[in-house]
Amino acid sequence: MNAPTIWIVVPIFFGVLLLFINSQRALSILGGVFAAVLALIAQFVPLEEALRVGTFSFKIDSSLNVLGRVLVILPAEGSLLALIYGATALWFFGAEASKTATRLVPIGLMITGLMVASLAVEPFLYAALFIEMAILLAVPLLTSIYSPPGRGIIRFLIYQTLAMPFILVTGWLLAGVEASPGDLALAAQSTSMLGLGFAFLLAVFPLYNWVPMLFEETSPYIAGYLLWILPTITIIFGAGFLDRYSWLRSSSQLIDALRIAGLLMIVTGGLFAGFQRHLGRIMAYGVIAETGFSLLALSLDPQVGIPILFLLIPARALGQALWSFALTIIQDNVETLRFRATRGLLRITPFAGAAMIMATLSTGAFPLLAGFPARLALWEGLSRVSLSASLWMGIGIIGLLTSAFRSLAVVSMAEEYITWERRENLTQVSMLGLGMIGLVILGLFPQTVQYFLSELPTMFERLGR
Amino acid sequence: MAITFAWIAVVVILVTSVGLLLVRDWRLIIILLAVQYLAMLVLILQHWPLGMATVKVVAGWMSAAILGMTRSGLPAQKFDDESIWPRGRLFRLFAAGIVGLMVSAATPGVSTIMADAGFAVTSGSLLLIGMGLLHLGITVSLLRVTIGLMTVLAGFEILYSAVEGSVLVAALLAIINLGLALAGSYLLIASNSSEDVEPEVESL
Repeated sequence: MNAPTIWIVVPIFFGVLLLFINSQRALSILGGVFAAVLALIAQFVPLEEALRVGTFSFKIDSSLNVLGRVLVILPAEGSLLALIYGATALWFFGAEASKTATRLVPIGLMITGLMVASLAVEPFLYAALFIEMAILLAVPLLTSIYSPPGRGIIRFLIYQTLAMPFILVTGWLLAGVEASPGDLALAAQSTSMLGLGFAFLLAVFPLYNWVPMLFEETSPYIAGYLLWILPTITIIFGAGFLDRYSWLRSSSQLIDALRIAGLLMIVTGGLFAGFQRHLGRIMAYGVIAETGFSLLALSLDPQVGIPILFLLIPARALGQALWSFALTIIQDNVETLRFRATRGLLRITPFAGAAMIMATLSTGAFPLLAGFPARLALWEGLSRVSLSASLWMGIGIIGLLTSAFRSLAVVSMAEEYITWERRENLTQVSMLGLGMIGLVILGLFPQTVQYFLSELPTMFERLGR
Repeated sequence: MAITFAWIAVVVILVTSVGLLLVRDWRLIIILLAVQYLAMLVLILQHWPLGMATVKVVAGWMSAAILGMTRSGLPAQKFDDESIWPRGRLFRLFAAGIVGLMVSAATPGVSTIMADAGFAVTSGSLLLIGMGLLHLGITVSLLRVTIGLMTVLAGFEILYSAVEGSVLVAALLAIINLGLALAGSYLLIASNSSEDVEPEVESL
């Protein structure tokens, strides 16, 4: 038995098998339990160590050979796998209540397997191929064959596909730069290619116009899942580039570029969110700002930035899952997610409305919510490097908070004498309640996730030490 | 001899990629795409053995067949009027000419960077990438978007074959080509449907 089989091959095959099941509840439970079990194994069963259970002894190897190349999951990556599959389980358990399980669970499991493969493949630059396969799988996830696709899905496919050639060629060029570090022209070319590849993949400003479109066209729950797993793993993959190539790490231009890209995403995401009149588009810009925070963390000194990068992951997973779940419930109860149609919706979906506001506030670094500790640490780290940069980050956060308060004003603005008529069912209420409690716990006691996060930086040979 | 064949392949690529921009009949588009993959095989043979290079052309032809079969099952009127903007053939020829000029200017430099891949291989590859991007820039038709992406990828694969000979990469790129065609077909079918026919999914 080896780790890539358990966390890559088996989930993909299980996802294929789940395609034959039509029951929302069965899919949600099967997929959720399966992902949770994988997360537990990743966290508690050590790799490359002989284990004895009664008379039976076994060892999980860390590598698998495929066509002359190798997939490797290092023992230090166990917590990351636990985090990825744990968050995936969270999304899958909510899929039934959001009525998206028939597409999300089978395809989501395959996408998660492929994204884990992208972290495991050696040479690591082949990750772009696995990410591209995940993106192609996302097409049937995003749109039903019974409804015409919108422009957002087409742009998503184009932009994400264009990233792959850039990253593959960059990987080859970087090897050349390592061999002859004095060749400045080659270094500049490879850095530009790398930047373009990641700009497409992470939807960096101004290549993110498909994100708000996607949130308008498709189920917010599905879009939220995709825009959680794709950027999260892509950023870890990007950090791998910095870890492997010392000249990239020490390039002040690249660090500046990362900082500027991150700030642009936070500022534009925050300000655009503040001016939107569509709840889905507000979430889209929130998601864009989240990616900006991660890029900003990467631009800091690795000793500070890498732990912050990992601290951002659980808060983003929980906040985004709760936000998109709440939006899906709201969408089922109103005509559209535009402000004019959502006025006073707290009277019909009080829990979903409250969860949406709390998730927006958490993204906007509202104190004592899940997003606050990581953003505070990030802000502090940034202010040591550049005061003007931290001021711009503040402007982005103000934009995000403005969007939260505008949304709150709209959803609570009911006509007089309208009675409360709650339309959420018990499952939805309990899941929303648990999510909101989770946001508060992560905000009040951020050390609770340190158990998972403390060892994660060691997965990087140089960045994390 | 091999170099002569390579340059013939470049000319074929020029004809097919410009043809893909100009032609409106979907049958001709699929045929041109299939011929383009044949020319791609000739260029890849400059660096790869026949066995591995064949994977590319087989995957390409299968992708073309997938798109053709999907398109043939859809009603004609929906796609007759291609939503290409701007529509003028002269404009598209002019744009293709600019791409051609840029390719001829960039070929020597790119060839040097990509481990002296050779002028024929580099120019053929850059032509496909340039024409594919041009295609993506002037169309919103799903069939054309898919073909544009496949053209860009074909160009990239030719160039990448000069520096990377891994079997795993060849296999994954073949899967991606097929996946792209399947995704394009899925979107084509979806774009031809209306929401009211969606069946109810069992919800326990």
